[in-house]
This record gives sequence, C-alpha cells and structure tokens, in this order.
Amino acid sequence: MSYIKPSFRHPDLPSNDLGYTKKDYEGVLSTLCAGCGHDSISSAILQSCFEMSIEPHKIAKISGIGCSSKTPTYFLGNSHGFNSVHGRMPSVATGANLANRELTYIGVSGDGDTASIGMGQFAHVVRRNLNMVYIVMNNGCYGLTKGQDSATADIGSKSKAGSVNIYEPIDLASLALELGASFVGRSFSGDKHQLIPLIKAAISHPGFALIDVVSPCVTFNNNAGSTKAYDYVRDHLDATSTVDFVPMKKEIVTSYQDGSSKEVTMHDGSVIHLQKLAEGWDPLDRESALNALHTARNKGEILTGLLYMDAESQGLHDMIETVNKPLNSLAEKELCPGNQALQNINESFR
Amino acid sequence: MQKITAVNDFVIRFANVNGTGSASANNMFAKAVFRMGIPCAPKNIFPSNIQGLPTWYEVRVNEKGYLGRRAGIDIMVCVNPQSMVKDVAEVVAGGYFVYDNTKAIDPSLLRKDVTYIGIPLTEMCLREYTDSRQRQLFKNVIYVGALAALIDIEFCVLKDLVSDQFKGKEKLIAPNIHALEMGYQSAKENYNCPIGIRVERRDNVGDSILLDGNAACGLGAVYAGASVAAWYPITPSTSVVDAFAKYANRLRIDPGTGKKNFAIVQSEDELSAIGMVIGANWNGARSFTATSGPGVSLMSEFLGLAYFAEIPTVLINVQRSGPSTGMPTRSQQSDIVSSAYASHGDTKHVLLFPATPLECFELTADAFDLAERLQTPVIVMSDLELGMNDNMSSPLKWDDERCYDRGKVLSAKDLDKMERFGRYLDVDGDGICYRTYPGTHPTKGAFFTRGTSRDEYAVYTEDGDEYVKNMERLVLKWETTKDLVAPPELYQRKNGSDIGVIFFGTSTHASLEAIDMLVEEGMKIDALRIKAFPFNSEVEDFLVKHDTVYIVEQNRDAQLRSLLVNECEVSPQKLVPVLNMDGMPITAMNIKGQIRKNQSTDDVIPLRKKERGASIK
Repeated sequence: MSYIKPSFRHPDLPSNDLGYTKKDYEGVLSTLCAGCGHDSISSAILQSCFEMSIEPHKIAKISGIGCSSKTPTYFLGNSHGFNSVHGRMPSVATGANLANRELTYIGVSGDGDTASIGMGQFAHVVRRNLNMVYIVMNNGCYGLTKGQDSATADIGSKSKAGSVNIYEPIDLASLALELGASFVGRSFSGDKHQLIPLIKAAISHPGFALIDVVSPCVTFNNNAGSTKAYDYVRDHLDATSTVDFVPMKKEIVTSYQDGSSKEVTMHDGSVIHLQKLAEGWDPLDRESALNALHTARNKGEILTGLLYMDAESQGLHDMIETVNKPLNSLAEKELCPGNQALQNINESFR
Repeated sequence: MQKITAVNDFVIRFANVNGTGSASANNMFAKAVFRMGIPCAPKNIFPSNIQGLPTWYEVRVNEKGYLGRRAGIDIMVCVNPQSMVKDVAEVVAGGYFVYDNTKAIDPSLLRKDVTYIGIPLTEMCLREYTDSRQRQLFKNVIYVGALAALIDIEFCVLKDLVSDQFKGKEKLIAPNIHALEMGYQSAKENYNCPIGIRVERRDNVGDSILLDGNAACGLGAVYAGASVAAWYPITPSTSVVDAFAKYANRLRIDPGTGKKNFAIVQSEDELSAIGMVIGANWNGARSFTATSGPGVSLMSEFLGLAYFAEIPTVLINVQRSGPSTGMPTRSQQSDIVSSAYASHGDTKHVLLFPATPLECFELTADAFDLAERLQTPVIVMSDLELGMNDNMSSPLKWDDERCYDRGKVLSAKDLDKMERFGRYLDVDGDGICYRTYPGTHPTKGAFFTRGTSRDEYAVYTEDGDEYVKNMERLVLKWETTKDLVAPPELYQRKNGSDIGVIFFGTSTHASLEAIDMLVEEGMKIDALRIKAFPFNSEVEDFLVKHDTVYIVEQNRDAQLRSLLVNECEVSPQKLVPVLNMDGMPITAMNIKGQIRKNQSTDDVIPLRKKERGASIK
C-alpha cells in the first residue's frame, strides 16, 4: 500500500449536476490493510453520493469503533464526521438527525459494533425508523484486536488460527426485518454493480435503511474454511434480483426486458428497477423477504440485493411530529416563551 | 400529660397506603397552609412500589421560614393500619395521633403521652359512598376536612383550592367540598377544636411559589431553548422530562403547522439517551437528558467522549441513595465524585448545585449557556428531596432581553474569511476553540469528531507532544471555567470567625437553621454555599481564611470534602465532615449536634492555633 495520496487528478474529471468532481467526495488515504473489503464499500459510498449529486457538506458520517468505523475518514472529506463510542453510533446519529433533518445521515458500523456491543442501540434505531443509511461492514471478526470471531460468524466457520466457531450467528438482515425495518438490503463488498444502486436507494428512502455488506477481512478471516472469505462468498452468492436505481427526474435510458422484473417508485419519485426476481419474492412483502432469507440460509447461500422496502415509510420526525425546519435553526423567538408566560405559570404554583 | 401547644410551628405527618390517591389530598393540606401565608415544607417519603406499601407525607409548618426537615412528629395522621405501630412510636411526647377509629385501636398502641383523635373515616365513607374507589379517594379528603377543624385551617381556603384543582371538571367540586365538610363536622362535634397545635394566618410567604425542583428544571430547559430531550425513565428524575414535555407541548407548538418545535425521545437506556444528547448538541441543537446515579454510571463513557471531543452536553442528575440500586426513593447527595470525574482517563466535569426550585430553573438555563460556551458537559446536581418535593421558592423569572450564549461557532461567512480552520486551535488563548456545525460550508469547516487523540486540526495523531498540548489546553479551559460558573454565596459581609461552614444544595436550609441556633448559643461562625464546580477563588479563599471548616453533606464518604481536598490547596485536617446518609433529609439539630460535638472535643481551639501553640513550646 502507498502512504501518500497523490493530489493530482485528471483535469477533465467529470463533474456531477452540481459541478462537483469525485475529488470533492474523497477522504484521506485509507490506513486499512491492502485489499480490505471495507475500502471498496467506502468507494461505493463515495460514488453513490457523487452520482446522486448530494452536496458533500450536506452529509454527516457517523460511526462507532472498529475497522469499519475508521472508514468515514476515507471518504467524503468535506462532510462532518463523528467517530463515536463502540456500539453507540445509532444514538449519536439519532440525536444528530433530530437536530437537523435536512442532512443525509450515513452510519457506518461493523459486525462487532452492531451485532454485539451495539445490539441494543441497533434494535432501537430500527424501531424508531430514523431516516439514515446504516451500513454494516460485516467481516465476521474483530479485525482491530486480531481476528476474534464476531457474532455474525457462521457456525462451523474456521478462523485463521484454525479454531471453529461453535455459536449460532446473528443474521442482521433477518433481525432488522423482524424488528420492522423499512428498508433492508444485503450486498458484497466485491459487487459494486449491486452495492452502488442499493446505497442510492437507501439514501433516497425516507426512514431507516440497513445494508448489511459482507466484506472479507483479508488479514484475519480470508482463509479456507471461513464463510466470510472472498472465495467462499463469491461461490455462495445468490441475489434476490438485479438492482438498478434511477433517481427522480432522470430519463430512464436502460431498456428492461419483460418477464421477471419490477419497478418500485420511491417516496421522492426515484425508481428502483429490479430484474430476475427470485421466485416467490416480492420486495414490498416483509414475509417473503424473511422466507427468502431462511431458504437461502438453509441452502448455505448468501442472499444479496434489495430484500425489503416499505414504500409508505415515515421517518422518526414525522412520527413525533416535529416542525419541518431543522430544530438547530430555531432561535429565541421560536424557543423561548418569554417572561409573561412564566408569570402565568408561577400563578399555578401558588 | 403536657400537650404540645404551638402556632404555626409544628411537623405533621400523614401515613398512607401508596396508590390510594392520598397524594393530592395531602398536597391540598400543604397548599392550604401556604395560602394562609405560612411557610411550609412538604416531603414525600415513599416506597419503591406502586400500590399497597406504606407511604408518608410530612409537612413542616414554620412561620419563621425554616424549611429544612425537623425530626419528631407533632401530629400524626394515620390512615394506614400496616404502619400504625411505627407511626405511634414516632409521635413526640405531648403530640397528637389522628386515626381512623371505625375499628377500635389496639390497646397496646395507646401511649399515655399522646392525645388520640379518632375520626371514623371508613364508616363515614361506607355510609356516604357506594363506589369502592370513591370510598377510598374521599377518605383522604375527609381527613383534610377534619384537620381544618382540628388545627384551624380557614375552610374557605380549602374550598378555593378544590375549585382551582378541578377547574374544567366542575362536577367534582361539590362532592369534594362535601367530603371536606363531613370531616370538618365530625371533628367539630367530637373534639374541642382547635387542639393545642394550630395555624393562624400570616403574611410570611410574599410572592413565593410552591413547586418541585424537577418541574423547575424542565421549565428551565424550555426557556433555555432546549429542542432535543432524550431520556430513560429513572426515579427520581423522571418528572424533569415530564415537565419539559408538558410545558413544551403548551408553549412550543408552531402556530402555522401545529407541529412541534422540539423533539423528545424515550431511549432504550441511559447510554443511548446521552448519545442522542451528544449527537444533537454536536449538530447545533440544544439538547439535554435527566437521570440519577445509576444512569450517570452508564453514561460515563459517553461523558468522557463529550469532554475530550468537546461537545456541549447538559445533564440533570437528580441524585438518590446509592450505591447500586441503594434506596431508590430516598434522597442523598452522593454522586458528587462520580459526576465530577465521570469516565476513564483524566476527565472532569462542570457541576452546578441548585438549592431551590428557582435555582433549578436558573441553573438549568445557565447550564445550556455554559455547556455551549465551554463545549463540555455540564451537570446540574439536584436530588430527590429538591426534585420530587414541593419546595417553597421565590417565583421564576426570565429576562426577555436575554440571548442564548451559543459559544464559539463559525458561520459560512466566518469560514470564507479564514485560511484554514482548526477545530482544536486555541485562537483566543482561553482554552476554548471554535467549532462548526455540520452542513455549514461546502469546502471549509468540515472536521472529524473523535474520541481518539488528534492534533489542532482534528487530524488523528498518536504524537505524544500533540496529546500533551491538547490535554494541557483542556486544563486551561478548566481555569477559564472558574470565572464563568456561579460564585459561591457568602452569608456574611466580612468573615468574622475562625470557624466556617460550607454546604450546598439541599443541605442549605438545615445548615442555615443550625447556624442560627449556634449563633443564638453564642458561637460565631461564617458560612458559604457552593454553587458550582470547579471551585472558584472565593471558595479557596474561604478555606484559607478559616481554621476549621465544617463541610455539611448527605453521603457517607464526605464527597464534597474529597473534591475540595483534591482541587484546592488546603490541609484536609481542617475540613471536618458533617454527614447524614440515612436517606431522610438532614436536620438542623443533627448539624448543630455534630458541630457542637466536634467543637467540644476540639476544646474549641481551632487547629491552626493548637499547632501554633505546639511550635512555641
């Protein structure tokens, strides 16, 4: 790996609708291991935000602790970031989102950060349907502390040191569906074609959007016998469908074949095109998504793609009926009821 | 038997079963005394239980305005057979025992030095009401009516209270007044009224109000512009956010849309609550949480992050008895050390110590200004005694000219004028740096907030020198803090004694009463009330200028004393702890007794003089 990020970019770098080039969405040089799946996810996030023409400073990146949670420094350098406390990213993201509903919130977490220490906060941020993208960079192990099994490691999966995991794994996608998540997807860090449209759809979704991304740890969990190794994952992938995301106002240029395909129109008018749909699966039907996940699991396959989406989703702000203006923009005039009102209140205490 | 005779100076206790609706009747009693212009201090003594266990409500009535607890019960109103043995025993000699004599009292409970007043509460209710819930509720109202006759409460004051209480539910007014009258008549017909203890109208409450500290904190947060509240239920702090919700729903609705200019989230635990508060404050909304000791323990990791990453955070800690679950419905001042130094590594937090509901309101509002000015957690240290009891207080007031101090925040315009923004760059030399909210500027002002060490530009570093520079700047900020927090209150224009007393929060009323007693007995003593941590120079000065300083607090380990020893250049020997930890609010007699005892063992020679004497030899 290199230690210096070259600042030179092609002078004719393409720009997006807002005139930003990809450089405006980059972060600092990654310090993760060369070949780490997480870097591919970072780059997919970057690419999605660039292509969707979201102003870089209108995004907030929030993470917990771990290899995954270090990544927000490696993308979107013009966005505020917050590397918080282990397992507690959801609460910080909730507070931040409550303060300003107008930003796009991208939460990055890992399997340890979410499925172990952060399980409680994960469950509750799902229930609250907070408008955010929650990406789990899932490698089945604790990379920063040298590869211990995490709670998403499959039973029977072998670690680099040769020990076999004896505990049942937690499937975050199934769990999120059970908890009422309004958008659930799963992908593989090595599959940009699927991951980028999924991230874009997740950003457009007005509510909580989980993308569980299997992301092999090249240093500690890429050995034979590991079910989170590149080779194993590639060999066992199965997709619910192909995914294509067409933002609102964009002319649809791709031609879609008849047959097993579906269009899902999102809240903001964007459209998700799904093709080659798995049998018996409907992206708008939670039960079919759960069934599809169970079936894939029984077959030893990793089901990827969009798993479920609630097209009627309402985010936390709408649930608790806050004003449309960001709360952090309110001033004394809106916030302070004034002394006269206080004197009336005093009267009730006499 | 010498019966107690007293006017406007007594303690009355109501012994009830919890969950029977006695609270509102007892509250009516206290408010009636208050509306007769007589200072009073009601206290709930309740179990950690919802229904069926004994609960007590105690009111000290004192026309001189002493509001601390006084031990010994002059009148016991016992409506709970479960606790009767204990209740009889707690009446002072010459006192009165009011009870339900529908069933004859067990002769073994009859004391010769107590006057027994039986009111057939159950019988009256059975006769009057058919509904069982009504029988239970009106029993409480009837004994208040009986008390009106027994101790001379103006009946029209009670009638007005009932009318005020049931405004909008007018149907309930007449039956309540009828119940009051039944009790009144029963007492009048069977006893010589008034008894030796009675109330008499005075004009000693001025424009005071009677409210609980938690409501005042909630109102303080509304007035200070808090727009995000995140919390997890825990006694005795729950009613802080309840009050915030109540007043925000009344006063913070956007007139155009009917939507809320605030957000309240009940979180899954205290970790999540403080995480949300930190996230919201990071993003530029004023946000707070309220909790008690166990919650502070859980929040500790996050508090360290807020300290180190420098994010404003407001936390209201309504303390209760610890450790662990302790006595969850009893008061203590025992989170002083755990709050001051919450979290691992070198951390310290700003603490504010309110002593009255007015201060709960003011210091909560100030906490938001301080937190944003200092970019650090600020913890308001209330407790169960202040938070959950109605306390007499000066009225709340708000200066309409007051602007919120949002601290050092850069706008897009400010950033345009800058070469490079450094989040942790001490531009002004006061240890406080400039921050930006997310979304301010397209290319400038973004930074990465983290709990890891970083340089002045918020870039991750493990360089020891950079780390030291940052930690030393935080110490400089701590020094700056000393001039920004409330100075202590001194109770004398000039120090006039070698002996001093320091107290804070809910030890205040009892301490001041104890000092009056000691002064009356000829002792000279200076007093200081601490209102904030870090301690400013006036506190250090007071320690230096006195040879013996008594530190009054309600915990086992003399925690404030530890903090003073830790933070000030003072000999621990001259700081004498005066403690109370039984969960009941400290009394003046207790404080006086401990000081007296120490003074006599000390031979009334202050430490410094003893040492001086020794050196002369």
